[in-house]
Amino acid sequence: MSTKDIETQEYIPDHLLDEPTITPVIRPGHTFGTVTDKISAIALTRKTPRGWYIGFAIAFALAMMLFYSLAQLVLVGTGIWGLNVPVAWGFAIINLVWWIGIGHAGTLISAILLLLRQNWRTSINRFAEAMTLFAVACAGIFPVFHTGRPWLAYWLFPYPNTMKMWPNFRSPLMWDVFAISTYASVSALFWFIGLIPDFATLRDRARSRSGQVIYGMLAMGWRGSARHWHRYETAYLLLAGLATPLVLSVHTVISFDFTIGITPGWHATIFPPYFVAGAIYAGFAMVLILAIPIRKFYGLEDFITMRHLRNMAKIMLATGLIVGYGYMMEAFFGWYSANQYEGFMIRNRMTGPYAPFYWALIFCNIIAPQILWSRRMRNSVPVLFITALIVSVGMWLERFVIVVTSLHRDYLPSSWGMYRGSFWDWSTFIGTIGLFVALLFLFLRFLPMISIFEMRTILPQAEVKEAKE
Amino acid sequence: MGNGELKNVRYTAAYFRREEDLIAAAREARAAGFEIHDAFTPFPVHGLDEAVGLRPSRLTWIALIAGAMGLGAGLALQIWTSVYDWPLNVGGKPFNSFPLFIPVAFELTVLFSGLIAICVLLARNRLWIFSKRLVFDRVTDDRFVLVLKARDASFDINKAMVIFDRAGALRVIEGDQFV
Repeated sequence: MSTKDIETQEYIPDHLLDEPTITPVIRPGHTFGTVTDKISAIALTRKTPRGWYIGFAIAFALAMMLFYSLAQLVLVGTGIWGLNVPVAWGFAIINLVWWIGIGHAGTLISAILLLLRQNWRTSINRFAEAMTLFAVACAGIFPVFHTGRPWLAYWLFPYPNTMKMWPNFRSPLMWDVFAISTYASVSALFWFIGLIPDFATLRDRARSRSGQVIYGMLAMGWRGSARHWHRYETAYLLLAGLATPLVLSVHTVISFDFTIGITPGWHATIFPPYFVAGAIYAGFAMVLILAIPIRKFYGLEDFITMRHLRNMAKIMLATGLIVGYGYMMEAFFGWYSANQYEGFMIRNRMTGPYAPFYWALIFCNIIAPQILWSRRMRNSVPVLFITALIVSVGMWLERFVIVVTSLHRDYLPSSWGMYRGSFWDWSTFIGTIGLFVALLFLFLRFLPMISIFEMRTILPQAEVKEAKE
Repeated sequence: MGNGELKNVRYTAAYFRREEDLIAAAREARAAGFEIHDAFTPFPVHGLDEAVGLRPSRLTWIALIAGAMGLGAGLALQIWTSVYDWPLNVGGKPFNSFPLFIPVAFELTVLFSGLIAICVLLARNRLWIFSKRLVFDRVTDDRFVLVLKARDASFDINKAMVIFDRAGALRVIEGDQFV
């Protein structure tokens, strides 16, 4: 059976679906030249599809709504958000955690899967890394504007000042500043370094003067010298090795924001691994949400094959189970700790005013993804897309439940209260989705969305036979 | 081997279609006593560094030292500010709450290591935005190029052509002033 008919065929025997020979990471028949042509043409020669303009216009409009909401916040103050005591942390922290978590899949794909020599990552790592950068940018907006005076955000960094004060390094919020800014810098570098050889390809193929000049500057004189590649590969592996513990540390630090506090439901040792797994879970869901339409509209089924989608589905299933274990442990701690506040917290979560959110999150994150156990479902693109959407919503609900249910009824019943996001909370959140999508549209249009030089290395002809000495 | 700039020296470059051909030609040329200037490929070819005689990169050591600097800087910053310059009593925790300084020290280790390794990579490869370099045709697409130095009269073009032909070279060009 040839590979070509796999996706057009109605029926494939179940036991064959996972065979790497049946669905390779790149469809046979490609050469170095066709890989270069196909990917670079999207940025250079192909007419921009009308759908691109429509999609970009919508996303850009939403991004404008974000800027309007932020301007409103600066003019009026953080009071326009629905925050108040007892729920002093609301959408800002929920969205920060959600966005950062989404970003983590990009680093996992680009760094951890590189170190594990999973070469299927090659076709998805470039846009997954782009997704990381844009997600971190969206995440950063929330804490910076939550300060109320974002123009003083530099106070977060330790610098000698006339007040003769230093930041309190014992606070996990301070660790966040370092973790997130390091993460953003290293991810941006990793992405840019990965792009240099592809910029050189675009420079050499661009027909317009402006294309040659701009891509030429970005390529920085890259010409594929063996000596340069030699150092380049060393640096690339090094960065992957650095990014791996970094990505784990970032979400661990984020979870410390909660665990260091003594609020019931937050003060738990399970949080760091459970947050990291949740981040990867949400991130892979987002990669699927992006990869499925991209491969369809840009005709990249040759490069992003069913094998990629299936592998991502499996990772989602695995991390989803870890997250499920986390939920189980939270409930278990509530009972086993014999602490009345912990016990009340978990009962309140399951049966209190926010119970519908809790059960919706259990459905989205634990029950719905179990469908992925079935080979047939893992091979259905619409099922994967819908499951990924459900998981994304579920992971947002998870952060909502963790943040809000723990705060709204804590030790003192007299200070209990309810929380709901205000109009401006929602417009800011939806606006960041617009910004994220708008940036992605620009990325798809102007940069090679798949790493061209890495795709060349996974072509079968790129495997050098060992010379006989 | 120098760092890649070859001034006022003639060169001979051969184009190949496959990386195996390039590696075979590089090995033979080196064995025959030719001086390899460089090779150009559209992607990192495994085994090429050894075939053209490159030593392992020292970048890993630079990254290690940079990381150690970051770790030292991170710890020094936190201990000096929180213990000596502005001892602040937060919830009765000791001024030198060492375990709480680990996250920031770790992040700075990674940051220093990554930033410095990349700066060194760019500097050593002389990559910068206004770089004007000769780029061989299609070498960023699907061609592999081997460049030999033709420094003086001892360079035997006929002998080189035999090696190139045997490895299946598509074409051979000569030029001077390699930039």
